[in-house]
Amino acid sequence: MKRREFLAGTAMAAALSTLPMTLAQAATPPNMLVIANRIDDITTLDPAESFEFAGSDVSRNVYGKLVNFDPMDLDAGYGPDLAESWTVSEDGKTITFKMRAGVKFHSGNPVTAKDAEYSLRRAVILEKTPSFILTQFGFSKDNVEETIKATDDMTLVITTDQKYATSFVLNCLTSTIGGIVDMKTVMEHEVDGDMGNAWLKTNTAGSGAYKLISWKPNESVSLQANPDFYLGKPAMERVIVRHVQESASQRLLLERGDIDVARNLNPEDVKGITGKDGIAIDSELRGRIMYISLNQKHPELSKPEVKEAIKYLIDYEGMQNSFLNGQYAIHQNFLPRTYLGAIDDAPYSLNVEKAKELLAKAGVENLEITAGVRDAQERIEIGQSIQNTLAQAGIKLNLVVGTGKQTLSKYRARELDMYIGAWGPDYPDPQTNAGTFAYNPDNSDDAGLTGLLAWRNAWNPGDLTAQVDAAVIEGDRDTRKKMYEDMQREFLKTSPFAIMFQKIEQTGRRDNVKNLNLGGAITAVSYWPVTK
Amino acid sequence: MSDISTTETVGWRAWLMTDAPGSRTQARLASLYNGWLSFRSNPMAMAGLVILLGLLFTAAFAPLLAPHDPFYQTLANRLQPPLSDGHLLGTDSLGRDILSRIIYGSRITLQIVFLVAVIAPVAGLLVGTIAGYTGGWLDVILMRITDIFLAFPRLVLALAFVAALGAGIGNAILAISLTAWPPYARIARAETLTIRNSDYISAIRLQGAGPLRIITKHIWPLCISSLIVRVTLDMAGVILAAAGLGFLGLGAQPPSPEWGAMISEGRKFILDHWWVATMPGLAIFTVSLAFNLLGDGLRDVLDPKSGEGS
Amino acid sequence: MALAENSGGGRRGSPFLRHWVIPAGKTAVSIAVTMLGLLFVTFVIGRVMPIDPVLSIVGESASPATVQAAREQLGLDQPLVVQFWYYLRDVLHGDFGTSLLTAHPVSEDIKRVFPATLELATLGTIIGVVVGVPLGVVAAVRQGSWIDQIARVVALVGYSMPIFWLGLMGLLIFYGILGWVGGPGRLDIFYEDIVPQRTGMILIDSAWAGDWSVFRNAFSHIILPASLLGYYSLAYISRMTRSFMLEQLSAEYITTARVKGLPERTVIWRHALGNIRVQLITVIALSYAQLLEGSVLTEIIFSWPGIGQYITNALLSADMNAVLGGTVVVGLIFILLNIFSDLLYKFFDPRAK
Repeated sequence: MKRREFLAGTAMAAALSTLPMTLAQAATPPNMLVIANRIDDITTLDPAESFEFAGSDVSRNVYGKLVNFDPMDLDAGYGPDLAESWTVSEDGKTITFKMRAGVKFHSGNPVTAKDAEYSLRRAVILEKTPSFILTQFGFSKDNVEETIKATDDMTLVITTDQKYATSFVLNCLTSTIGGIVDMKTVMEHEVDGDMGNAWLKTNTAGSGAYKLISWKPNESVSLQANPDFYLGKPAMERVIVRHVQESASQRLLLERGDIDVARNLNPEDVKGITGKDGIAIDSELRGRIMYISLNQKHPELSKPEVKEAIKYLIDYEGMQNSFLNGQYAIHQNFLPRTYLGAIDDAPYSLNVEKAKELLAKAGVENLEITAGVRDAQERIEIGQSIQNTLAQAGIKLNLVVGTGKQTLSKYRARELDMYIGAWGPDYPDPQTNAGTFAYNPDNSDDAGLTGLLAWRNAWNPGDLTAQVDAAVIEGDRDTRKKMYEDMQREFLKTSPFAIMFQKIEQTGRRDNVKNLNLGGAITAVSYWPVTK
Repeated sequence: MSDISTTETVGWRAWLMTDAPGSRTQARLASLYNGWLSFRSNPMAMAGLVILLGLLFTAAFAPLLAPHDPFYQTLANRLQPPLSDGHLLGTDSLGRDILSRIIYGSRITLQIVFLVAVIAPVAGLLVGTIAGYTGGWLDVILMRITDIFLAFPRLVLALAFVAALGAGIGNAILAISLTAWPPYARIARAETLTIRNSDYISAIRLQGAGPLRIITKHIWPLCISSLIVRVTLDMAGVILAAAGLGFLGLGAQPPSPEWGAMISEGRKFILDHWWVATMPGLAIFTVSLAFNLLGDGLRDVLDPKSGEGS
Repeated sequence: MALAENSGGGRRGSPFLRHWVIPAGKTAVSIAVTMLGLLFVTFVIGRVMPIDPVLSIVGESASPATVQAAREQLGLDQPLVVQFWYYLRDVLHGDFGTSLLTAHPVSEDIKRVFPATLELATLGTIIGVVVGVPLGVVAAVRQGSWIDQIARVVALVGYSMPIFWLGLMGLLIFYGILGWVGGPGRLDIFYEDIVPQRTGMILIDSAWAGDWSVFRNAFSHIILPASLLGYYSLAYISRMTRSFMLEQLSAEYITTARVKGLPERTVIWRHALGNIRVQLITVIALSYAQLLEGSVLTEIIFSWPGIGQYITNALLSADMNAVLGGTVVVGLIFILLNIFSDLLYKFFDPRAK
């Protein structure tokens, strides 16, 4: 009975048993775009439920929305998509959309206001994870009949519970949950009143540039161009996204021309292929933010001097210029650059002496704390760097690495002293981050506001909570912008969050691939403008 | 008596090699000595032993041997190639000296090897001998449980265990032991079954020895040699399994210089900075190989007939 | 097989009963008990893990109401025993539930990932046997010679190499630099979805469809990971062959055969090797079973969508339906291979009769 180690070694007989065979293809076909990416986070393709990066990449290319971003001009902000135009009522509570005529779903059914009504109501009624993006405007199961309403085939009227900044409402409609599904097709697949949820998890019924051919979990997503796309048939007949976990594997595939685009190259691999023939590197600022936070239940960590001291004990520059090189840029505020109200203040840098003074002032000695870290390489490196710099001021940091779900479970239960985390905006409006970093209406354990980062760290943001509430209903863009700037400056000083970096996505591509836009900090990737 | 000093070594050897041992201790020592002689004539096994002694030495004197603090970071000096200034094996992603980390890592490797070697065979021995000796329904139940654990996909078991108790080297060791014991139980049971009905045990039983005494005093010692061989041969697998858990982020926690975790960290740079992953890989390889060589040699000595599969 | 042949024979009375029916019944019961135990342990592990399966579905920002709804929908508010009972009932109806991670039925997922592992493990085992058995035989015949020493080192190196290191290096050399083999994944993109899926094993499907360009491409992708796995089983198989052979070669009948003047080749390859075939098949079956568990690390490095990765991912997200389904399949295969080798013993080993 011999069953040895499951993770056993094996080896070089590869050489013996492998006859030389050269690969015929040096490049992918001209009308096909092949992308290597990590797509193991896709758990559903239903726009009312999908909430992860790779899922929104699919969704953006399959589903049209009322309003949307032009991939070739993201700075312009949202513009018309399936809605051709819209008007806002005097009191600011009602928005009336005029639908675009002549657009068809992949099934051939026309896109009407009824479909839009159904899609938005459905998202509210199903109560899946991203539903808060819509329900924060006062929509609920019980009132959607009145608040989301198609008055005729071409007109959709939505009514919010109070006056919100119009940009806030429309920005939310550009997120994945705003995708318009084909009501007829979806209802044909309804099971037990699930509004087609089970079917839409693995199938699509949209009107966008591409339709789904297949999604093989952890393996690949294949898309086929929609010849009737209202903006014109996309140049890439097929788009295939293949799941490739390792950066090294992605790099080898790209170098050999077996793929067109590699999306998860690490800084070392980017450096390794920079300047190679036929390969180009793009850098695009994304919305994700890397931060550490301190649990305010901890008697020492809640002291203002300690919070400040820890912000001085992070080697922002060193990390940015070494293992994060090119993929994270120093950013110390909760709104990502390019968001309304984003500021560039960065008062903190590594200063051990100053931190020591602050700690002495607070009377803190021999502090030992535990931080939860997810098992992602860059976070483990960040953790070790912080461990190292904190030790220089006499703070002992124990790192506990766990899988994402494990660490998150503890974080949500307020059990960690420190958390090294990342946060990606849910929709392209400043409220998405303000409403979680600086907002906590009830700090008690019983409140269970696990969705709010401030609550998870047991932090009462004081008057910031009220400021966040005020900013979402401010109609004047400049005033609103000013409000967020002020909030962030106060947050920077008093909060238990040390925000460190903003993500830059570096993509390796074959240089014949043109116009690939990943969506910046505000949306997901767009395949339809791509040419080769 | 007077000139014993000149013949002492010869005398000892003669005493050990005698055909007619005078006491039980002498007989036991003599057989050990004979084993050692045949072991020593196997150069591969000796090489394994020497490497492992080297490992022990390294672990014991790590602070004296390591040229640098294994945790000291200098981001400005990261990813230096081997033989660069002051870093014989280069530096890793955070600018730590790889040689020093490997030297300190030997302590963790030894800890893993030692604990698993203690826990798994002992658990297997207990279950196997009890099942084999008592027989009946207890045997059925114990062997069914063993089968369940054997049929388990090992990685599921180990991963589930670590995931349940939290990542860390201690839990990784427990998890590996948990997956490693069933084969030992099978071996111990098979040996027990053959011994149980021997005249020798019947004689002892007639003398009035109880089951507990028979199992601990008479059956265990007879099972041990085949278990030792198995354990030594399995050690390489244990080290690799620990490294594998480290690779999946479930083993030793940073900044611990556990070799598997070091490979895992270094694989990110494998195409351009090969040494970061290769050096700890070589360390694992060397020690695993040493255990295998030693196990091979031990088998020839202790268990010459049974071969590798029992 | 044996059972089927004999059952029609109409041999009356007890010998048939004693030899076949009762053992078969016992075997069936023991399989059932083992499977049940396996399921229950897995089930308990899933529940004691400090990972909330609901989190995997609802994500970071879910409201308490969403979390609660999801929990009820999964039946997680029920007592453990009740949950287990429901699960068993569904499994007996062939329903393994739906995976939380992939949103596909677990049975469908397994139909997709298991052939990938099966293909890889089978080719790996073939390589291991084709190289390992002769190597072991030669090593035994020439015991102590340089070829024996080389075989020993080759085997020990196989035991001692971290596979992830070797995998990445192999990929770099044979794919990245030399370009002899295909890269990560089972096929180049443009060969995908060309041949109709029958078994899910691309080599077989493409041969079936007669599409040799797909076959060649699939082969170029599978050969490197299969060789890596093959090397591991080679190491094991060659060592075992060697020690079995050594035992045989010292047996009397071999001496007799030699004395009778039979050619040495016949003595070794026919007689000695023939006599160890049962032991050998057991060893091969075991090493095959092990590869069929799926080697997570190989699968990760080669982007091979196999069952090892599937179970691991599921486990780390507490996707228990998927973990249980995967465990059942892997456990069942292990048990069946075990029984298979037991039967072989019964059939060929005179002592067991």
